Amino acid sequence: MERPAWAPRGIDISVPSVSRIYDFYLGGSHNFEVDREAARRAMEFMPGLPKIMQANRAFMRRAVRFAAAEGITQFLDIGSGIPTFGSVHEVARAVSPEARVMYVDHDPVAVAHSEVVLAGDERADVLAADLRKPREILDSPQVRGLIDQNRPVALLLVAILHFVEDMDDPYAAVAELRDSLAPGSLLVLSHASYEGIPLPPERAEGAVDVYKDIRNPLVMRSREAIARFFEGYDMVEPGLVPMPRWRPETAPEDEDAYSFSGFAGVGRKA
Amino acid sequence: MSAEPDGPQDRLRRFATIWSRSVYQVTSTSLTRPEFEEQLLPLAGRLSEALRARTFDAEEGRAVGAALVAAHCTDPEALSRSLDCVDAYLVLYCGEDGPQEDLRNRASRLQHAMAAGYASALRDRTLAEQEAIARAAQSARSTVAEALHDSEARFRAVFEGAAIGIYIADLDGNMLQFNGALQRMFGGSEQTVRGRRVTEWTHPDDAPQVWKLYEELVRGEREHYHVEKAFYRPDGTVLWTNLTVSLLRDADGRPQYQLALMEDTTERRLLNLRLRYEATHDALTGLPNRTLFFERLEKAVTAGEGQRFGLCYLDLDGFKTINDSLGHAAGDRLLVEVADRLQSCATAPGEMVARLGGDEFVALTTGPDTEAEVDELASRIMHALIAPVSVDGRELTVRGSIGIVEGPAGERGPAEVLRSADITMYRAKSAGGNRFELADPEADLRAITRHGLTTALPAALDRNEFFIEYQPLVNLGDGSVRGAEALVRWLHPQHGVLGPDRFIPLAEHTGLIVPLGRWVLEQSVRQARDWQERYGGHPEGGPLRINVNLSPCQLTHPGLVQDTVDILERAGLEPEVLCLEVTESALIGADDDLLKPLRRLAEMGVDIALDDFGTGYSNLANLRRLPVSILKLDRSFTQGMQQFPADPVDLKIVEGIVSLAHSLNLAVTVEGVETGAQAEQLRILGCDTAQGWYYARPGPPERLHELALVDATG
Repeated sequence: MERPAWAPRGIDISVPSVSRIYDFYLGGSHNFEVDREAARRAMEFMPGLPKIMQANRAFMRRAVRFAAAEGITQFLDIGSGIPTFGSVHEVARAVSPEARVMYVDHDPVAVAHSEVVLAGDERADVLAADLRKPREILDSPQVRGLIDQNRPVALLLVAILHFVEDMDDPYAAVAELRDSLAPGSLLVLSHASYEGIPLPPERAEGAVDVYKDIRNPLVMRSREAIARFFEGYDMVEPGLVPMPRWRPETAPEDEDAYSFSGFAGVGRKA
Repeated sequence: MSAEPDGPQDRLRRFATIWSRSVYQVTSTSLTRPEFEEQLLPLAGRLSEALRARTFDAEEGRAVGAALVAAHCTDPEALSRSLDCVDAYLVLYCGEDGPQEDLRNRASRLQHAMAAGYASALRDRTLAEQEAIARAAQSARSTVAEALHDSEARFRAVFEGAAIGIYIADLDGNMLQFNGALQRMFGGSEQTVRGRRVTEWTHPDDAPQVWKLYEELVRGEREHYHVEKAFYRPDGTVLWTNLTVSLLRDADGRPQYQLALMEDTTERRLLNLRLRYEATHDALTGLPNRTLFFERLEKAVTAGEGQRFGLCYLDLDGFKTINDSLGHAAGDRLLVEVADRLQSCATAPGEMVARLGGDEFVALTTGPDTEAEVDELASRIMHALIAPVSVDGRELTVRGSIGIVEGPAGERGPAEVLRSADITMYRAKSAGGNRFELADPEADLRAITRHGLTTALPAALDRNEFFIEYQPLVNLGDGSVRGAEALVRWLHPQHGVLGPDRFIPLAEHTGLIVPLGRWVLEQSVRQARDWQERYGGHPEGGPLRINVNLSPCQLTHPGLVQDTVDILERAGLEPEVLCLEVTESALIGADDDLLKPLRRLAEMGVDIALDDFGTGYSNLANLRRLPVSILKLDRSFTQGMQQFPADPVDLKIVEGIVSLAHSLNLAVTVEGVETGAQAEQLRILGCDTAQGWYYARPGPPERLHELALVDATG
């Protein structure tokens, strides 16, 4: 239900947060015991979960470097969470020092943390907003101030769409974002799936249930369903593939088996 | 730096490769393994240098341990594997040819230092990150708290500034919070509201469901309700509200508070009452008006068994004269005074006085004993009017006529009762006024019929409900038929054939007499033409004549002469054939203006007969200036001659009149001849023409011919 603007939702750190759990998987300490407790429970079913997160970060790193090499200097990272290390702006600026990055997250703690990290950075900012309301993102003064929407943008939806349930119509939200971007823009996307997980689905489901318990349901989608997020965009080679296979820089065979869980890809707006 | 095979650089690189392979598995870095190796290579170099330095410094180990943490090797397994690598391969790949014992000793001390450096850096990093996330949470909370504070401030402004009264109470009804508007509604003092229980706020006007809804709400069975409710203010006055009460639940859905919003409707209610008062009361006198009176009368006439009602219908006598002579303002003041006096006459329970409009008032009494009470009421009213009313320094005498209707409830409707009272009042008025009359069903009926006929008249003419009968006029000298008087009849759909006495006065009253009179004239003249065409003229006395009655209204109608001329011309009839009968009373005091049209008609050759002669107070001397040629003696003169011998006084009078008439060159016609003796007498007295049942009753036009034939042959 729509909440009136004068009644903000409270912050309850006794409830686990997916961005802090993510940080924990990545070896960070930006988390509380409730987060770690949830993370450990999920790992009981899928011990390799941190490897999946790490593969996501590695994919994002390669994709951002690809985008920067393609000449893109504007990045819109929705679901940015708590960037412990290897954030988009660090990676992008290694290639293109002028790169502008807009981080978006709906977790107020993650946003507050990002604000501290990004303080004083003229070309990076963070916005508290929800992927399910793309118009609020696109029309916000912050995004309009930082991103020139008439020029190509790399839109990052990394490990975020599997937290948007079908009833919230993620396809419509992504379509609205896609349609608003200038030609030449890139959509960088990774998504969880039962496909590729080196476990019987029953075990993977245990981990999915943990997320359901913490009221952040994890929606596993098929490759086909994930491909629909790119509708109207041309897939960049090698298309929608397991993360280690997207433009690898080392032999994929050397990667951990868990990192092949789910799919990643980059699409380009013609 | 050279990297010749198996040279020192190559060996250092091989150490870094082994190290990175061992640790990469347990890092969280997003770098590739070769990139990670590039990060470890300088660390390997520092360890290598420290191992072979002239003076050994274990601090380098601390720095390398800390650098591992900086390279995101935050899993302690990374330290363990790093130490394993250093232990197994540092001396081997980087020791060159130094003394083994010493190198191993140094490597061991470097490991201790690495561990300490790593632990210290990891602790710092962990604490820093914990601090950072705690601050972030705190900051996010502050943002929310600020927003909540703003929101509460806004809500409080709404709460305090609202024009509607708001209170929040617990489920036991204890008042917890209320706003200024609510306090003002209850009279302004905080004490009157604070500490009160909602359940004490009962009022006798509470609808039964008010407290039922309340109970349902506090039990959690209802989310909200909306009622109209009255409250007592501390000063005893009543506050009327539109009250909406909602249930507030906690986060788990348990009922917690009740929230009430109340809108003060007292003023609106008063306004409604005032509008209702204005709609039901007369603005001039303040008495109840026709609307309210009808409501009461309706109740009175439909009251239960044993209940009766008495109604006095008062109309002031001569009020119009006062209004016309002294002006409306004076008339109004008179009405106000009369209203006040009437009001004082009807003060008992069940009594009321109302003004119906103009100078018409009604007084109503109800109860089981109205038979006696209504007379007393009427007497009180008559008595109250005795004292003159002082208006503008004049003492005005007020008189009134009252019609009284009294009866049991349940028999008649209010409209019927009021009509009966109205009719009765008119009866009192026509009996001279300044009196009261009791309703009489027969008199009512007559009046009601009269009323019905009046309203039916216009349509009757359109529907051809009128017809004409003809009564022969006979020459007393030779008994020959000389003509006929046209007598209009109304074939009423319900009442049958009605004579002119039943409807001509009504037609006079409504003005319908003009078109009706013209119609009669047309029909009669056409009939006379018809007779002429069929039977020709009378063998001796010229053509058959037609007598038509003219009412006073027609006399003053400006089209009389022209209409008559037109009708005669259209029928192609000589004016001499027509005789217009005008009543004596219509010509009493007639001035020249009134006589002018008659004179013109007479000049044209139309005979004018003075009808009902002898019933008015004719100035006999006046007869000379009237344009009449015939006197029609009223039947009252001939009645005395019906018996034998005839009344000698009557004989003398008639003889005198005839003599007078003849000396003025007027012919004399007598009406009401019923016997042969009468006819003979009148002939002897010198009367010229007669009509009456002795010859023929009024009948259809064909009858006249028969009579004429009989007459001719006889």
